Amino acid sequence: MTLLPVRGLAIALPILVAAALLPLGVSGYILGLLTIAYYFAVFAMAWDLLFGFAGEVNFGPTFLIGLGAYGAGILNSRYELPIPWCLAAGTALAVVGGLALAVPALKVRGPYFGLITLVAVLLLQNMIVVFADVTGGEIGLTVPDVITIDTNTNYWLALGFMAVSGVILTVISRSPAGLILQAAGQDPVVAGALGFNVAKHKIAAFAVSAAFSGLAGGLVVFYMGTASVGTLIDTAVGVQVIIAAVLGGRRTIVGGALGAVFLIAAGELLRPLGALSTFVVSAVALVVILFVPTGLLGLASLRRAQ
Amino acid sequence: MIALQILVDGFAISALYALGAMGFTLIFGVSGVLNLSHGALMVMAAVAAWAASAEYGMGPYAGAALGALCGLAAALVTYFAVVAPIERSRAIPGSEKEIFVLTGTLLWGIMIQQLVAYFFTDNPKTVRPLIEGVIEIAGVRTPKNQLFTAAVCWAVIALLWLFVNRTRAGKVLLAASMNPRGVTLLGHDLGRVHVAVWAIYGGLAGIAGVLLGMFLGVSSYSVGPLTASAFSIVVLGGLGSVTGSLIAAYVVGYLETATAYLISPAYRVIPALLLLVAVMYLRPQGLLGRR
Repeated sequence: MTLLPVRGLAIALPILVAAALLPLGVSGYILGLLTIAYYFAVFAMAWDLLFGFAGEVNFGPTFLIGLGAYGAGILNSRYELPIPWCLAAGTALAVVGGLALAVPALKVRGPYFGLITLVAVLLLQNMIVVFADVTGGEIGLTVPDVITIDTNTNYWLALGFMAVSGVILTVISRSPAGLILQAAGQDPVVAGALGFNVAKHKIAAFAVSAAFSGLAGGLVVFYMGTASVGTLIDTAVGVQVIIAAVLGGRRTIVGGALGAVFLIAAGELLRPLGALSTFVVSAVALVVILFVPTGLLGLASLRRAQ
Repeated sequence: MIALQILVDGFAISALYALGAMGFTLIFGVSGVLNLSHGALMVMAAVAAWAASAEYGMGPYAGAALGALCGLAAALVTYFAVVAPIERSRAIPGSEKEIFVLTGTLLWGIMIQQLVAYFFTDNPKTVRPLIEGVIEIAGVRTPKNQLFTAAVCWAVIALLWLFVNRTRAGKVLLAASMNPRGVTLLGHDLGRVHVAVWAIYGGLAGIAGVLLGMFLGVSSYSVGPLTASAFSIVVLGGLGSVTGSLIAAYVVGYLETATAYLISPAYRVIPALLLLVAVMYLRPQGLLGRR
C-alpha cells in the first residue's frame, strides 16, 4: 500500500490548482465562505482519524477545537503575545485535552466514551460562561490581532492549510501505524493479541487529531477576529463536523473535506428556505447514512468498481 | 428552611428526570439502541400538548393526552424510519451498527427540532398545568402542579414496574433484555417485542415531555440538554439498569437543585457533569451496571 494514492493525487491536484485560482474570478463573499469551509474541512478530517480509523465515537470534536481556539484567543487578547506563539500554545492545549480524552477511551468504549466526549463539551461550554471575565462568556472573545485582512491571502492560507493537513492525515492513516489503528478500532482484542500496542497507537491518534483540530480552531479565531461558544463549541457545531465527515465518507480523510465544502455550499444555496435549511441538510445526511453508508466518496469508488 | 425547599423542589424534578430516563434505558436494555433523538421526542410531545390546548382550544386534558400520543407515534416513526432500516441494512457491517444508530437518531432529532422551530418558533412554551394553585408543605410554598408531576411520574413508573414484573407480556420484554436468542427459541417474535418496547418508550417520553412542558416549559433549544441529561442519568445508573437510573435521576436532580439554591443557578449543571466524569473514570459501568 502506497502512502499516497496516485489516482487520488491525480484527481485532487487539479481540483486544488483550480481552487487556488478562484480568487481571480470569484467575489470576496464566496471566498469568505470557502475560507470557513476549508477550516471546517480540517475539523472533519481530524475527526475522521479518530472516528473512522480508531473507531472512537467522539461526539465532542468541538471540545478540542474550542480548547485550541480559546487557548490561542485568550493569550492574544490578555497578554498580546504574537499570533504564532498563541497558535502554538492553543494547539498544545488542545493536545493536552486530547490526551485527557484518551485516558477514558482506553477503558471504556462505544456509547460510554461518546458520553464522556459530550460531557467534555458541555463542561467547557459552562466553564467559558463561568469565567466570563477572561473568556468573554456568552458574548464571545474579541482578539486584537488578525492574520491579515486581505481576503485572497486568507483564502490561500486556508486552502494551503487544508491541503497540507489532508496530505499529512492521509499519510498517517495509510502508514503502518494507521493500519494498526484501524485494526485496533475494529477489534482491539485481536489487534492486541497480534502484538500491537493498541494503547500507544490510540493515544497518538488522539494527540494528532487534537493538534489539527486545535490549530484549525486557533486559525479560525485569527481569521474572524472573534471566538464564541455558538460558532466554535456548541454541540450543534460538533454535529455539523460529524455530518460533514459522514457525508463525505468515513475512513477516507479526504471525504471530510468534500463533505465540509458540500455542507457549507448547501447551507448557502438553501438559505432561501430560512429555518428549514438545517432540516433539509440533516435529512440529506440521514438518507446518505441509510442508503449509502460509505458516503459520497464511497459512492464514487462504487461506480468505478462496477 | 432552605434544606426543606431543596428537598421538596428536588423531589419533583428528580421524578421527572427518572421518568424521562426510564424509557431511554428500557429500549437500550431490550434492543441495544441509544436513541439520541430522545430530547426531540419529548419537546415534540410538549409542543403538541401546548399547541392543542393553547392554540386550538382543545382544553388542557385533551391537549395533554394528544401530546403523549404524539410522543408515542413519533417514537414508532423513529423506529420504523431510522432504527429498523439501519439494523436490517446489509451495507453496514454488524460492528458499526451501533455507531450508525447513534448518528442516525442524532440527525433525526435535529430534523424534529428544526420542524418544531419552523412551525411553532423557538420561543419557550409552557403547557397549561392540569392543576393550578399553591399549597404549603412544612412551610414551603409549592405549586400543586409540582406535586401532581411527582405523583404522575411515580404512578407511571409503578405501572411500568407492575407490567414488566407481573404480566406475561412484560416478562417477555424482561427476557428479551436478558437473552434475545432464548426469547426467539421460546417462539416469540423479537421484531414484535422491539415494536412493543418502542411504543412503551414513546408513551413514557411523551408523558415526560408533557409534564416537563407544564413544569418548566420547553423550547426547541431544550432538545440537546434533554437528550444529554437522559443519557447521563442512564449511564450514571448503569446502562440497562432501571433501578440504577432511578437512583441516578435522584442524585442528579438533587445535586442540580442544591447547587442552584446554595451556589448559583448559573452553576446548576456543573457538579452533575463533574460527578459523571468521575464515575466514568472510576467505575465505567455506572452505579448498578451489568458490564
